[in-house]
Amino acid sequence: MKFLGYKRPDGSVGVRNHLLILPSTGCASTIANKIASQVDGAVVAFHNQGCAQLGEDKEQTYRTLVGLGKNPNVAAVLVVGLGCEQISADKLAEDIASSGKPVDFVIALDEGGVIATVAKGVKIATNMARQISEIRREEVDVSSLTIGVKCALTDTTSGLTANPAVGYAMDLIIKNGGTVIFGETPEIIGAEHILAKRAENEEVKKKLFEIVRNTENRVKTIGVDIRGANPAPGNIKAGITTIEEKSLGAILKGGTSPIKGVLKYGEKASGKGLFVMDGPGRTHEALTGLVASGAVILVMPTGGGSPSGSTLAPTLKVTGNPRTYEKLPEYIDVNVSSILEGVESIEEAGERVYNEILKVASGKKTKIESLGCGATAIYTLWSHV
Amino acid sequence: MSKVKALVINPKDNVATAIDDIKANSKVLVKIGEKTVEVLVKQDIPFGHKFALKKIGKGEEIIKYGECIGVAKNNIEEGEHVHIHNVESTRAKGGE
Repeated sequence: MKFLGYKRPDGSVGVRNHLLILPSTGCASTIANKIASQVDGAVVAFHNQGCAQLGEDKEQTYRTLVGLGKNPNVAAVLVVGLGCEQISADKLAEDIASSGKPVDFVIALDEGGVIATVAKGVKIATNMARQISEIRREEVDVSSLTIGVKCALTDTTSGLTANPAVGYAMDLIIKNGGTVIFGETPEIIGAEHILAKRAENEEVKKKLFEIVRNTENRVKTIGVDIRGANPAPGNIKAGITTIEEKSLGAILKGGTSPIKGVLKYGEKASGKGLFVMDGPGRTHEALTGLVASGAVILVMPTGGGSPSGSTLAPTLKVTGNPRTYEKLPEYIDVNVSSILEGVESIEEAGERVYNEILKVASGKKTKIESLGCGATAIYTLWSHV
Repeated sequence: MSKVKALVINPKDNVATAIDDIKANSKVLVKIGEKTVEVLVKQDIPFGHKFALKKIGKGEEIIKYGECIGVAKNNIEEGEHVHIHNVESTRAKGGE
């Protein structure tokens, strides 16, 4: 199977051709935003991290920022720094530039303020915008695709319809040589024994149990019940009773392939096949981690109809709740409620999801992408100082 | 044939999921594996919510997807609404 994608110098393939304005720290985000607003087609990964973070938490932010810059949907990057932060703009730019794409940086304290930094940034970015406008889509194999999967606003139709249909589409991506990443560790709690049976080796199995145990222990340490946060009030209202019930439905979205590895948040997948990313359930943070891990399209099965999207990767929404589709055709791309009504099989609905993914890969906009809804949020491991 | 009002995912399950709003005291046909059984639903069950397919004693497991999704906080009668008021999670609970 083929689609039309953008070939990058490092051999990866993107489905969009973004010019990314990337703040190295939250303090530079508003300046980055001013630059992006003045350059045709530029997008900004507005975030709030990169300062006063400790240990592995800082490493995670750095890994995520590098991953966002290296994502194949990004054609060129302008890094914007303040000049006093832990994550220096020049080092970040250098690490992203190892992918071979055009990368530059501006540092506000070196330029002498906001106006000078914006002026210099706009000058660099407009040149980049013209440069990348010459890159054309070419025919490439489905095996070059990396898909991220994240369910949102889960209800009891999710586990019956949208999640297994998306799972079937993910099996097709992997059968065709591609890569799939799914995550949300809290939503594995109660279903880890099922995923573990599909672990490719003992190490992956051990790691799966370990990430779930760590997440569960974190909840227990605080001395609270996870219910109320996950399942969230909206999940409970829709009929989801416990985290176990939510998880047993949630894991279906990844399909049935063997699990090749467990990735840290924002870590790049090594090789093809199915991977689990250790990350949060919170939507924008989960999506950002998947994009930093290399996902170029995000597929989101949603019971109640989440409008969340990513700054850098088109987000395709699938619902199996007929009431949700009726209410929100504005941003639901694929309606699989036919499964619930018994008129379509999970496999038939999954084929439709797969075909839509290939259209989006070749340039068709998803509904939420057309609405311009996309955000960047970086997950933190513990409190900064 | 009347419209399907509830689904059972796995033959081991002791709960069904409503795929329509079900009124109290209505008889609902559900397919459990190859068998079709009739359950008298005792309470209003909103779309997406669960009801018991058989009597579930206090402390017994609630089974959906053929797996445990929690335990009964009290005795649950056949046809009764099964949700947070009568089911306790066994996972990620603080203060234990």
